[in-house]
Amino acid sequence: MNSLSKKPAQKTVRWAPPASGSEIFRGIYGRSDFIHLQGASRPSGDFDVCLRSFEELLERDRQREKDGFPRKIKIGRLVRPGTKNRVTVVPTTVEEKFVHDTIAYKEDEESASGGSGEGEAGEIIDERPIDAPGAQGAGGAGEGEGGAHELESDAYEIGRILTEKFELPNLQDKGKKRSLSYYTYDLTDKHRGSGQLLDKKATLRKILETNMTLGAVPDINHIDTTRFLIAPRDKVFRILSRERDYESQALVFFVRDYSGSMWGKATEIVVAQHVLIYSWLLYQYARQVETRFILHDTEAKEVEDFYTYYSLRVAGGTKIVSAFRLINDIIEEESLYRDYNIYVFHGTDGDDWDTKGEATLPEIRKTIDYANRVGITLAASENRGISRMASYLNDSRLIEEKRAKIRLDQISKSADEQRLIEGIRRLTSEDGDER
Amino acid sequence: MQLIDQHTKSIMEGCKERAREAGLSFCDESLEYIVTNRDLLELSAKSMIPNLYDYWVHDVDVLREKGRYELYPSNPYETVINTRPAISYYNDNNPDWLNVMIFYHVLAHMDFFQNNMYFQHTWAYDFNGEALADKRLIARLRSTYGRWVDYVIEFARGVDNLVGYFNALYQIDQPEKPAREKMVDYYFDQFLQVEEEFTQVDYLKEIEAFNRSVREDGSETGTDTFFIRVRRKYPEFDEKYKNWSEKEKKQRKQDLMEFFMDHSDFLNRQENKWMKSVIEVVRKTSLFFQPQIRTKIMNEGWATYWNDRLFLEDDRINGHEIDFSKVNSQVAALSRIGLNPYALGLRLFQNIKGKAEAGKYSYTFEKLVDQKARRDFNKTNGDGLDFIFAVRRHLCDGLFIRRFVDQDFVDQHRLFVAGKKLNRSKRTWQYYVKSRKAEDYRKMLLENLYHPPSIRFSVDAGGVLNLIHVFEGYPLVKDFIANTMLGIEYLWGKPVTLETHQVKQLNKTDDKQEEPEVIWEKVKYTMDQRKLSMEWI
Repeated sequence: MNSLSKKPAQKTVRWAPPASGSEIFRGIYGRSDFIHLQGASRPSGDFDVCLRSFEELLERDRQREKDGFPRKIKIGRLVRPGTKNRVTVVPTTVEEKFVHDTIAYKEDEESASGGSGEGEAGEIIDERPIDAPGAQGAGGAGEGEGGAHELESDAYEIGRILTEKFELPNLQDKGKKRSLSYYTYDLTDKHRGSGQLLDKKATLRKILETNMTLGAVPDINHIDTTRFLIAPRDKVFRILSRERDYESQALVFFVRDYSGSMWGKATEIVVAQHVLIYSWLLYQYARQVETRFILHDTEAKEVEDFYTYYSLRVAGGTKIVSAFRLINDIIEEESLYRDYNIYVFHGTDGDDWDTKGEATLPEIRKTIDYANRVGITLAASENRGISRMASYLNDSRLIEEKRAKIRLDQISKSADEQRLIEGIRRLTSEDGDER
Repeated sequence: MQLIDQHTKSIMEGCKERAREAGLSFCDESLEYIVTNRDLLELSAKSMIPNLYDYWVHDVDVLREKGRYELYPSNPYETVINTRPAISYYNDNNPDWLNVMIFYHVLAHMDFFQNNMYFQHTWAYDFNGEALADKRLIARLRSTYGRWVDYVIEFARGVDNLVGYFNALYQIDQPEKPAREKMVDYYFDQFLQVEEEFTQVDYLKEIEAFNRSVREDGSETGTDTFFIRVRRKYPEFDEKYKNWSEKEKKQRKQDLMEFFMDHSDFLNRQENKWMKSVIEVVRKTSLFFQPQIRTKIMNEGWATYWNDRLFLEDDRINGHEIDFSKVNSQVAALSRIGLNPYALGLRLFQNIKGKAEAGKYSYTFEKLVDQKARRDFNKTNGDGLDFIFAVRRHLCDGLFIRRFVDQDFVDQHRLFVAGKKLNRSKRTWQYYVKSRKAEDYRKMLLENLYHPPSIRFSVDAGGVLNLIHVFEGYPLVKDFIANTMLGIEYLWGKPVTLETHQVKQLNKTDDKQEEPEVIWEKVKYTMDQRKLSMEWI
């Protein structure tokens, strides 16, 4: 008997081996039948549904506070490779329980896993650069494994949520520089039946639609165009129309210390906060925001997009001055100070080879002259005392002097989402009610 | 979600026949569903149980941090679930030959669920059916008590990893004795020796009298007549026996959730009694998932072993051997770095079967020290299959690894413990061979297994609940302590303390290769009026 002979037309097998990069060092429980045996991909969520539930979740969280319990929803890590305004919000939470903390105490080493094949004990069998984009995102969570319940929204939406739900301040004055708006004429509007330029793709779609309603397409896989009827109204044209165009109003420099000492939690905090600031500014300036991303250890470099900014990791020393010098150079070279409201947000753990700030302070002063606001986030460990940067900033009394222009926020490495948002308030508020 | 078509179902039924012939055993009925992306989204949030109660955390992406499986001890993407009938899920575009392979895999899982002793407490009922009733119960409660239902679920889930799973198994294994036997136990073990303080001679005389009575009148009547005499002599006996058995009942081992339900004044207030049914639902759900997470390597190994074997023997798949090999090698390949429970479990079962077949699980073999003699040893007795069936019946991952991962196995498959270290100067992560010793490999596997902390508890005179974390070389995750204790305080209704260890300092040696020495300190957390404080002990 061969019962399989009468099976329907063979479908192509879409089984593909799971990507191996992220599999490394996944524990025993990271694999499952549905994904590995059937080659399925993890399901991904639906934008509209998630957005609604996000608001419900935040509402629930506020209610928790009223009931006397701590909030539980965190705005998750936000990464989106490539395109400019796309970021991914993952509302996350964790169910706290008593669980063992199985950290490895050895410096620069992660806990052990299994392996098989050749190699003597002690031999190095594989090597991966730590600063390869996407090798291991600084945020850790959500990425790679994400998928489920991912809420894809543009950063603007998050900015709105931040402003409305988390009661972040609105910018009093949306910029002292002139907002330029002008009109251009472009072939963007559509018109059926007549117009300047035939939109072929839209027209074909329309014709197909009409013929399907007429029943002229019995089999979608074998379309016979000779039977088609074409109505004049099926032709879709583009017509010339007036469009309003804006000049960008705000320019934000995101600067992150990615030196060795920033490793782990400190990086996570800085990146998470910068994403939120970015989103909030995007909302405040009605999307008219340009961004530049700068990473530094002993040298500073500009990176292309937020994704790279988010995910790069290295290990090295720290010279904060390099970052501010690069910013000043960029501003001067491109004469940016004339057309933009400039914001600089810098995240570091405060470690600096320039212990007295002799080189750094003048550069910071220079940046302050150009910028509307410089916000520095210091993510330091609780038990390490005052950091070098904090100490030379204090000694210079720069912050008191230029309160309107520069703010400093010190965050402990164990800060939660609430604290991050509070931090943004401190960095951005106009009146300066900083502690 | 729809059932598979008749054609595919007939393939499944064919697989069942062949699997039974090979020795697997499972219930006749099973349900197979085709799932879409959207179905999977909903199902995975509920650990693939379609009727699981609704809870808002299921709708949120939970943090995928280290220790995730410690927190959520179930796999969100399982293909088959342990219900009656067993339910399994399929992609709609699987070709027939792939379905044959998956069906065998699924059937072997069903065999495992229904025969492994660690699943014993799930055998007598259908979890999905009960879950539906529970889901309705919780929905009904929510219409009355609103968000407070979710708080109770949250706080109960905060301690659901401390559920008395082994205790539940023990109670099945050691059911309560009949009343008559219990009375005999009390009379001879407690009453005569402790309360009446009989001398040895008198005690032996009583035993003799009891034995005589049983000999003359049979065990039941004999016991009864014996106790008529006892009551005549000690009129207070019945009262004392009643007191003792009540005390005994209270001393029965309970997990935290059971303890709250029985002893929390807060939960036993008339207006709060509904909370107990919510806690019971959470507790039952946790008990259901416990064996799954504790048998991952065995379960996947067993299923892969059988799909491997039965697929190639199946006469219906001629011509698809190469397709099969492609998929199977992806599933069952030992990773260069990383742990693959499918591959590891499969190799272990194959290895065990081979060794059992050669009679290597015997004293004669164990005492051989010579490598060559060990390799050449072969006293074929042909019971390899019986042996692995016994292994699948009686063991869980922990015992499986401890017993069967030996140096021969590690050598044969060239396994090693892999380390990952940071090379600062080259800015790379380096993966290296850390050890090839079976001992280290076993230790690494065991450390990777699910292992919730052990928490003992007692109540002091002031009604304060004292929790003691039994120290096993790991601290508790610090960030989670506050909210977990907040939940416990809510359910208990009075202050709660927790004794645990934490890292005081690390003494790093100059040699970076060496593990730093960890100095521990003992601390006590107190949660009172939703405020957490800590003191050193």
